Amino acid sequence: MKVLDDTRTAFARELGPELRQPAGLLFTMLLPFLFLALFAPLLSGTGPAGGGTGTGSPWQWFVPGMLVLLALSATAGAGASLLNEMSSGAFERMLVTPLNRASMLVGRALKEVVILLAQALLILVLLLPTDFRLHPLGALAGLALLTVFGVGIGALSFTLALHSRKQQTLFYGVQQMIFFPLLLLSGVLLPITQASAPTWLYVLSRINPATYVVEAERALFDGRFAEANVLYGLLAASAVAVLGVVAGIRGMRNASV
Amino acid sequence: MIHTRGLTRSFRTKGETVEAVRGLNLDIEAGSVVAFLGPNGAGKTTSLRMLTTLLPPTSGTAVVAGHDVRTDPAGVRHRIGYLGQGNSAGSNFRVSDELVTQGRAYGLSRAESRSRAERLVTALELDGLAKRTVGTLSGGQRRRLDIAMALVHEPALLFLDEPTTGLDPHSRANIWDHVLRLHKELGTTVVFTTHYLEEADLWARRVMVVDHGRVIADDSPEKLKADLAGDRITLGTADRADAERAVELARGLPTVHEVTADGTEVRIRTPHGDTQLPVLLRNLEVAGVRALTARLVRPTLDDVFLSLTGRTLRESADATAPTTTQDGA
Repeated sequence: MKVLDDTRTAFARELGPELRQPAGLLFTMLLPFLFLALFAPLLSGTGPAGGGTGTGSPWQWFVPGMLVLLALSATAGAGASLLNEMSSGAFERMLVTPLNRASMLVGRALKEVVILLAQALLILVLLLPTDFRLHPLGALAGLALLTVFGVGIGALSFTLALHSRKQQTLFYGVQQMIFFPLLLLSGVLLPITQASAPTWLYVLSRINPATYVVEAERALFDGRFAEANVLYGLLAASAVAVLGVVAGIRGMRNASV
Repeated sequence: MIHTRGLTRSFRTKGETVEAVRGLNLDIEAGSVVAFLGPNGAGKTTSLRMLTTLLPPTSGTAVVAGHDVRTDPAGVRHRIGYLGQGNSAGSNFRVSDELVTQGRAYGLSRAESRSRAERLVTALELDGLAKRTVGTLSGGQRRRLDIAMALVHEPALLFLDEPTTGLDPHSRANIWDHVLRLHKELGTTVVFTTHYLEEADLWARRVMVVDHGRVIADDSPEKLKADLAGDRITLGTADRADAERAVELARGLPTVHEVTADGTEVRIRTPHGDTQLPVLLRNLEVAGVRALTARLVRPTLDDVFLSLTGRTLRESADATAPTTTQDGA
């Protein structure tokens, strides 16, 4: 089928340079690495954080959030590569080919997600020696959820890039303006509960789709499937993915450089 | 191969509507080599972008390689090759990978894409560079790679937007060698824009002079130069009297555009200077007028542009340069 072939073509093109320089994937992992190394040790004195988990290790609570942070930080910048190709002429070259426009977007987003999964696995492997307990099924489900969320954020980043072609600073400005509130309001670093946060902040965090994804990841990585949080997280991630992919495909179709 | 009617494109910038292309009517038959010649901002690139489906027209129709750019852009894309002003290959990709990706994008099998990529690498003298990262190539090498990328699917129609701008003379000649060989071997139709007058003059069989979004002249370079500019003959005589008699005699020649005398110098514009000059010299001899010097200057396409617009291409480029960035025309 042409759409599948084209998606594979777009995906294979993007993956090529990553496979040739696998060290490159370490760069976009920097932020979660720093938090895991320099912030997480502070939590060990505080006992079970957030009151959300029954297990004693703060890693259990903190790591799933870090994976969401990874998904946000690694895929939110995906549009930058597209932006470069838009100004160099390489994107124009793709646009004059009969390559399916939806495939152009999906192929790129899939590559982002493959990198994201590789990074997430690397983090989990590095944490094996700690007292972080890995529930295999829960972790698999958690990574699947992360994939859905990553596709959405990546696609939104491409959409933003497509709309910033005339003014590249727009991309970086909007990206930072959205990235940090999404991150801080998701309760990745500290729990945001009705008891611990001012009402306005709590309300904002409940509007943030990343909050639900974080809570679902925490449940899944703890091996708990039958929780409302898991359902909400799945709904939030799917909504972001659908929105991103639809907007991105529309952007690609209308792209004229 | 290309048929357009009333093709128009306007842009809105700072509340003003700029008409980049106004009512383009083109009929280009298969197998021709056509140049769009004009200053920056004349609408050359905008026209090409509409013909290659990169830019939707504001109004009018364009049928390219048998398919309408508006209703069947994919049909057009399958049949055309395009070389833009930028770099076609991503800078952190491998040369061979980018070529294979192109082949795949046109629906060729992986094996076929690979073998075509290998052939193009050799044809465009990129041997030894196939495994290099695009960003490490020189300007001339990158441009040859751009050409190779435009040719992977052996298109029947090739659009080149300033294919040689910024390249050294050797690389320029090299690129034209390849394009013209392709034209000869496969009958590829070639449509290109250029700033280099001599490229339009040497390689195009038909030149469309574009100014302010309109085609203001359209013919073979030879005819354009003969009809619109003409050769210039300059004679030097011993004194004013001889100069005046020379003017009389020159006016008697067939198909002379303009004869002027300036002191002892006589200037003649004629479409056929090479055949007129010997005749004129013989007539002067018979009439007893001595010509001390005789000089024949063939016209360039710049002379054509000058006689059409009253400006040279270079002046126009300078005058319009600041406004051309936003539409890239």
